[in-house]
Amino acid sequence: MNAPADVPLAAARFTGERVPRKEDRRLLTGHGAYVDDVTMAGMVHGMFVRSPIARGRIVAIDVEAARALPGVRAVYTAADLDRHPAKLTGLYGSAESKFPDIWPLAKEDVRHVGDPVAIVLADDRYVAEDGAALVVVEYDDADAVVTIDDAATGAIVHPDLDTNVALMIATPEDPGLEAVFAGAAHVVTGTITHQRQAHVPMETRGIVAALQGSGEMLIHASCQSPHMVARYMDLAFAMPDLHFRVIAKDVGGAFGLKVQPWREEVAIVAAALLIGRPVKWIEDRLENLTASNQAREQDVTVRLAFDADATLLAADIDYRCNLGAYPHGADPNSLAMVMFPGPYKLPRYKFRAQGFYSNTAGQAAYRGPWAMESLARETLLEKAARQIGIDAVELRRRNLITAADQPHTMLTGFVIDRVTPRETLDKLVAHLDTPAFRAEQAAARAAGRYLGLGFAVYVEPTTMAFGGILSSDVADIRIEPTGKVTLTVSTHSQGHGTETTMAQLVADTLGVDIEDVSVMEDDSSRGGFGPGAGGSRQAVSGGGATLIASGKLADKIRAIAAHVLNASPDTISLAGGKVLVAGVAEMTTTVKEIAEIAYYQTERLPEGMEAGLEARHRYRPPPVVYSNAAHACTVEVDVETGMVKILRWVTCEDCGPMINPAVVEGQIAGGVVQGIGGVLYEQISYDARGNPTAVTFKDYLIPTAHDVPELEFLHIATPSASEGGFKGVGEGGAIVGPPTLVNAIADALAPFGADCLTLPLSPPRVLAEIGTRD
Amino acid sequence: MSSHAIETIVNGQSISAQVEARHTLADFLRGTAGCTGVHVGCEHGVCGACTVIVDGVAVRSCLMLAVQADGATVATAESLAAPDGTLHRVQQAMKDEYGLQCGFCTPGVVMTLAAITQGRSPDAEEIKDALSGHLCRCTGYQGMLKVAKRLGGEVQA
Repeated sequence: MNAPADVPLAAARFTGERVPRKEDRRLLTGHGAYVDDVTMAGMVHGMFVRSPIARGRIVAIDVEAARALPGVRAVYTAADLDRHPAKLTGLYGSAESKFPDIWPLAKEDVRHVGDPVAIVLADDRYVAEDGAALVVVEYDDADAVVTIDDAATGAIVHPDLDTNVALMIATPEDPGLEAVFAGAAHVVTGTITHQRQAHVPMETRGIVAALQGSGEMLIHASCQSPHMVARYMDLAFAMPDLHFRVIAKDVGGAFGLKVQPWREEVAIVAAALLIGRPVKWIEDRLENLTASNQAREQDVTVRLAFDADATLLAADIDYRCNLGAYPHGADPNSLAMVMFPGPYKLPRYKFRAQGFYSNTAGQAAYRGPWAMESLARETLLEKAARQIGIDAVELRRRNLITAADQPHTMLTGFVIDRVTPRETLDKLVAHLDTPAFRAEQAAARAAGRYLGLGFAVYVEPTTMAFGGILSSDVADIRIEPTGKVTLTVSTHSQGHGTETTMAQLVADTLGVDIEDVSVMEDDSSRGGFGPGAGGSRQAVSGGGATLIASGKLADKIRAIAAHVLNASPDTISLAGGKVLVAGVAEMTTTVKEIAEIAYYQTERLPEGMEAGLEARHRYRPPPVVYSNAAHACTVEVDVETGMVKILRWVTCEDCGPMINPAVVEGQIAGGVVQGIGGVLYEQISYDARGNPTAVTFKDYLIPTAHDVPELEFLHIATPSASEGGFKGVGEGGAIVGPPTLVNAIADALAPFGADCLTLPLSPPRVLAEIGTRD
Repeated sequence: MSSHAIETIVNGQSISAQVEARHTLADFLRGTAGCTGVHVGCEHGVCGACTVIVDGVAVRSCLMLAVQADGATVATAESLAAPDGTLHRVQQAMKDEYGLQCGFCTPGVVMTLAAITQGRSPDAEEIKDALSGHLCRCTGYQGMLKVAKRLGGEVQA
């Protein structure tokens, strides 16, 4: 393994500490600033008229009764919005992807239940809903394409495409592969099916759009990056004289759903252009669970070949996913294919992946969008351990890459470096006391109770700055003439705590108190472009930009101080808001005094130095940074009811040096519990006509405080090659959590020969695995 | 829509207002009273984000109409901290234990905890039961479970 990167925070006072979050006071006292808290003079409220059918032609739309309702100010259909045509751009996909034309409102036909057909603008939300109920749409109903199997054989979802396959990717033919499987001592197979999930941020989507004068569209949005909203709006409208300014202070969770503005947000901007008044739309929970983009719904058939020593010889996977009608990207989860080998030595690998369009809500990236690779690999590895008759940890140890193997080039081309899958697993196992659990498990089984222990190990590509919109982040930092510090950075928090973590980095680099540092990431017109939250990248990319920009500013402070104090810059240090000269206490000055010189007494600056105390850095992180983790959990399965109780959950991750361990653990826990929801409870479902059947929180169950264990956290911190050595941690829990839990349940039910490869493992499904229910 | 005159006290301030019969208490508090800390997360009484205290009892303000608050005294998260900014012990415990991330569910959580610990000493299990009426998508409830233990162990004044 390469030498660790330098961590330039030798005198860290805040970095690495459990610093209380700067954002918490306003959020705890009801003073957060979310999009629905924005009101403007003359603002009207939007409500969408949505398709009640999954597939059909629009025969006629009658908006007259709605327009006549007192308080309704406008009703727009696609024909109206076309005065400012806005076409949506996908977030990801390749040049070979088949991507349909996507418009804010349905034109000739509707393609999923919830497809927006018209928008009603009224004086308040209640009247807007009244108006929407008065819009009469006549449809020519057609049979819906709902499942992946429907899509593979049924009608074409998008008339402008000639297929329902958005993209198929595959490895080249490997004529020798079958011989490897034929000659293998052990071949393990399985099909893993993951249900559809919803992101369920507690704050739904929402937007306020207001034209300022003639050329600036001011937008308040619930999003993952104000810069990304501005970018996508500009791409959608492509109006030379229209500029976008996007503000997003507090956002109530996103998890991938809000990575780009989608049809409704674009429709609201179009409506604001047409009506010439501010327009607000706040999605309700019914819309959120039916018309917002969703996630997962995928199946993968896996074959693994092992030699007699349980060493992996080859893998063959065939993957399919349901992209719905209007996904954010036309991609069959390429990254899941790339990452399937994970932290294991896999000498031979074949894959095929297909993404299908259907008449269901479109897909979006959701926390660890490629997580299926870990679920498929880790569940099949434990199935292999059961089949071969070897301990699952021992099987992993025989196949994991170690420090000596790195840098390790995966068959798929990614180069993994500075990761610790073996070390995290070993630390986890040392903490667990597996023999004690196995004894308890045996005693329980003898008493008719079923306990299980499951493991999972994974490695995660974070940051992904190898090209495209994730390539860089920018930090602008300044010390005000008052001595206070303002950081404007292209990160964005939807709960991530970057207001705190970035301030920790700044405070240490400049030697000031964290209370004197303000972090601004809420306005696209301040600072520069950055993609915001996505890809577990903000500590790496935003943190790197912040460290370097802060370092430049610290250098400038030292240069000014050296000049005015007639000292060498090398002798000057920054601490406690003071500027100190080594060995000369009486020459101590303050950052505030240096700032006054920089702004007010510019004649005292060194010859040729730019006035002011400002610095900027746009940071290009390494192409890919990897974090990794091993998790284990124990469960008890009630074989009478099919209920699963999680008894214990231990995590051991390596996300590099932690800026704030409490924030790191918060990210891990949030991801794990979303994973618990995906394994046990959550399921977006449709009937055969494409009607959604989980449309409220009574049908779509997310975990509550009663459903979660108290996590035990272990940490290993191996620096990456990035500035500061950070690796990123946002998504990992949601990737490694699900196979950990599935494996524990499968271990508990091993006496029944259960594989537990069909999610969710709800009570009926568990009983089916046991064989007591079909 | 029928319109009704109501008189309420919200966070210590008297408010006289005309409300439509169908207006929820949540919308009244957010709009007329300006208490935007009342967050509407589901509008069907499951998520708990809109929880406020009405006459001493924690209530989901999306399931109560504004007209039903006529004559009532309502408290929202904006009123919990002391005038000098000192956080309520529930707020302080949530902050100390990293009980929040995005903060959207948070005002409802603190109002439930404030209501059940007001003049009573529920144990950690009862507090956890109360927390189970709040959906949080960010934290995995880890900080809140610590808050339950901490408050459950406190002797109330």
